[in-house]
Amino acid sequence: MANLHDWLSEHGDYLYRFALARLRDPHLAEDVVQETFLAAIKSPDFAGQSAPRTWLTSILKHKIIDVMRKNVREIAASDLMSDEDANMDEFFDEAGHWADKPLAWNMPEGTLEQKQFLGILQTCMDKLPKKLAQLFMMRDIHETNNEEICKELNISTTNAWVMLYRARMGLRKCLEINWLGA
Amino acid sequence: MLSCRQASQLISQSLDRPLTLRERFALKLHLTICKYCKRFGQQIQTLRLAVTKMVSAVENDNTIEMPSEAKKRIALSVER
Repeated sequence: MANLHDWLSEHGDYLYRFALARLRDPHLAEDVVQETFLAAIKSPDFAGQSAPRTWLTSILKHKIIDVMRKNVREIAASDLMSDEDANMDEFFDEAGHWADKPLAWNMPEGTLEQKQFLGILQTCMDKLPKKLAQLFMMRDIHETNNEEICKELNISTTNAWVMLYRARMGLRKCLEINWLGA
Repeated sequence: MLSCRQASQLISQSLDRPLTLRERFALKLHLTICKYCKRFGQQIQTLRLAVTKMVSAVENDNTIEMPSEAKKRIALSVER
């Protein structure tokens, strides 16, 4: 029979990183890993697992989605979403032109793999409201289509589009300022 | 004619849903004359790719470990 302690030492760090990469919060990441192990031990499938990492990861994904669902429901109800154009005024002037025109990004091959670039992206993600960042991660990482995510998250698709637009605008601008040094 | 504000919203939404024929037409027209919105579109595509890279960088970074207190806590909780 599988030994949960062995699994914890063999896969615990991986599962933690998997959750941390998506939830961007160490405490939440610990919690979902703990819930994953608790769910695993109670599962009737526990004993027969030949590929524990894959199995544990699939449980973990559901736990992560549960956290995101709860958080995103909270943003939908918060003033972040009070109207469709919420807080977009900083990006455009009254006539609807760009307040700061997007600059050309010259990205040499391999930029996206660079530690420095990824570090700046991390910082910019941290500047977004955490829950907005989570929705953004969810949309852009998981291959699930939008309607499915919205159903999962219990928000309207229109709300999701507005939130994703806000997240992209914020990230784009932050990268431009911090990475291009504009 | 769309404003940049409207065009950028449609560009963002085009990553999340299929645009209607009318929207696509209006956007195309705007993009032929507006290099800033065109840049915006390319940049949010880049952003999407960059986020994927960022996630796999964290996932595969063996120097990141779960704090040992958390491991102990989990080990205890599954014994109960």
